[in-house]
Amino acid sequence: MRYLGQRILQSLILLVGVSVLSFGFIELSPGNFFDEIRLNPRISNETVSKLRSQYGMDQPLPVRYARWLGSVAKGEFGFSFAYNVPVASLLWPRARNTLLLTGSAMLLAWMLALPLGILSAGRRNGLIDHATLLLTAVLLTIPDLLMALGLLLFALRTRLLPAGGMMSLDAENLSAWKQTRSVAIHLVGPALVLALASLPTLIRHTRAAMIEALDSPFVRAARAHGLSPYRILFRHAFPVALNPLISLFGLSLGSLLSASLLTEVLVNWPGLGPLMLEAILGRDVYVVIGVVLFASAFLMCGTLLGDVLLFAADPRIRTEKLT
Amino acid sequence: MRNRKWLVAILLCVVGVHVLALCSGFLAPYDYAEQNRNLPYAPPSTLHFRDTQGVFHWRPCVSPLVERPGTFGVYDEDANNCLPVRFFVRGTEYTVLWLFQSNWHLVGVSQPAKIFLLGSDGYGRDQLSRLLYGSRLSLFAGLLATALTLGLGGLLGTIAGFYGGWVDAALMRCVELFLALPWLYLLFALRAFLPLHISATQAFLLLITAIGVIGWARPARLIRGVILSGKERSYVMAARMFGASDLYLMRRHMAPYTYGILLTQAAMLVPQYILAEVTLSFLGLGVAEPTPSWGNMLSILQQYDVLVSYWWMWAPGGALIVVCFGYWLLAGALQTRAESIAH
Repeated sequence: MRYLGQRILQSLILLVGVSVLSFGFIELSPGNFFDEIRLNPRISNETVSKLRSQYGMDQPLPVRYARWLGSVAKGEFGFSFAYNVPVASLLWPRARNTLLLTGSAMLLAWMLALPLGILSAGRRNGLIDHATLLLTAVLLTIPDLLMALGLLLFALRTRLLPAGGMMSLDAENLSAWKQTRSVAIHLVGPALVLALASLPTLIRHTRAAMIEALDSPFVRAARAHGLSPYRILFRHAFPVALNPLISLFGLSLGSLLSASLLTEVLVNWPGLGPLMLEAILGRDVYVVIGVVLFASAFLMCGTLLGDVLLFAADPRIRTEKLT
Repeated sequence: MRNRKWLVAILLCVVGVHVLALCSGFLAPYDYAEQNRNLPYAPPSTLHFRDTQGVFHWRPCVSPLVERPGTFGVYDEDANNCLPVRFFVRGTEYTVLWLFQSNWHLVGVSQPAKIFLLGSDGYGRDQLSRLLYGSRLSLFAGLLATALTLGLGGLLGTIAGFYGGWVDAALMRCVELFLALPWLYLLFALRAFLPLHISATQAFLLLITAIGVIGWARPARLIRGVILSGKERSYVMAARMFGASDLYLMRRHMAPYTYGILLTQAAMLVPQYILAEVTLSFLGLGVAEPTPSWGNMLSILQQYDVLVSYWWMWAPGGALIVVCFGYWLLAGALQTRAESIAH
């Protein structure tokens, strides 16, 4: 428990660091939202300066940061200039959608990677191994941008999948069951793209970890005892190979999140990606900070979860921490 | 030995691609901004080896395209006219390596025919020329950003590993901070706070800096590890006893240890950074039109009709895959080399 508390505290400190870093970036930036407004001839200079002071943008940086921390404590995460609402109210629905997408992509990726990795390690240089190697090589060299575009092309040509969005247009007046189904159908494409993009790393690590476990003496002993190869593979070798994979689980979230940014924009998935792009183009700084903060918190939760799982799965780590 | 030949072959291919990018002015038949408003989305030119009379020639010829009346982007070839493709022709002016001017081009045809080997885009600009000019920008953005990252990461990593103590602790906390962020989000955030409407050169430099600065953490940590283990070796101790300065120790005894890692890292980072530039330009946050980059050339594919109808607009994507594949092979070969040296 103490270990867990320490880790959470560490992550919180890191998050504060992230927010300071973001504020530092703003301070470096030459233009801001109000400069863009000022270019509009129909808005007078007085209005702009009134707006500036209303949002507290005329204050020095430490004051702004302190105010922002106050609004974080209230659960608002600052104020969006463009939407004129607290950032949190924009962030939550978007974050939920991104979580839905990355979560299902992650599930899909691991469900594909584990059996492929285990089987190709089990029969080294066999048919499955070579096929998997080829697959990972191909997937590695195709950038996720092109993969997402390819998905769009496929969807538009064959009409098998919807080409963007999260629900069909008439979803508002459908029953809850049909809405869920509509979301699920829209989810297939982007989740598949994300899963395929993160697949090569996962497969390679699974394979490497399994090979290491299979080469150890206890596996040879098990084989000598005449245990069935599948039992050795899944019951004896797999738990041993699990450790690096659990750490990878946390790390893979990060790359998945970065990849989802682009995919979301391309297929018009209403997640954090489009929100961030819009905020960048509109110079809506607090929204940008909110999104970055949320993404880092998400990533940290991933690593934290990985560590906790590792703690639970491996008695060696537990005892090491206790002594 | 076999591995070494393989490595050299890949290295030559990768370097060759960059040389091609540098020669883009000569290889491209047209200027990247030259528009033909009457030829939007023209398909790739067909090279005919039989002229209008049906006589075979070794020198191919190209027929001018005429838009079919009442349609958009549907063309017929003018069957009565076929103009031979000429090599080493004079055309628009360009500068090579920012140094000297020239107007020699590798291929060209005389008016009214146009040689669009990869078709044309919505403004009737030659896609191949844009691809070549764009490669100059995209490839070197990746290369320079990598150099910046490795320089920064290498320097900070060396300092952290060599001096240890509070310097090391502080730098490693920063590394953790940067690694805790999803890097594309961080890159976007940094880009968000930089001016949006800027010239192509400024955008290029800005992108390189942003991409290069974001990624310093991972190489810094790797280099720190190498330096930490290298510091304790007996010959380093001996050199220190002989009165060698810190700078000399780092340069002469530490740096050579890091070259292998730096090279492998470079081969892995360059494609990643090329993709970062492409992504930013694709979303309109990078280099702006009319200057081509692979990213802003691909961004037209966000329009569904273009995505489905004109396959040649995917050309930068193909080039991207080829380059990524080359770098991926290079990274693999460098890794095997490093392993064989270590054993």
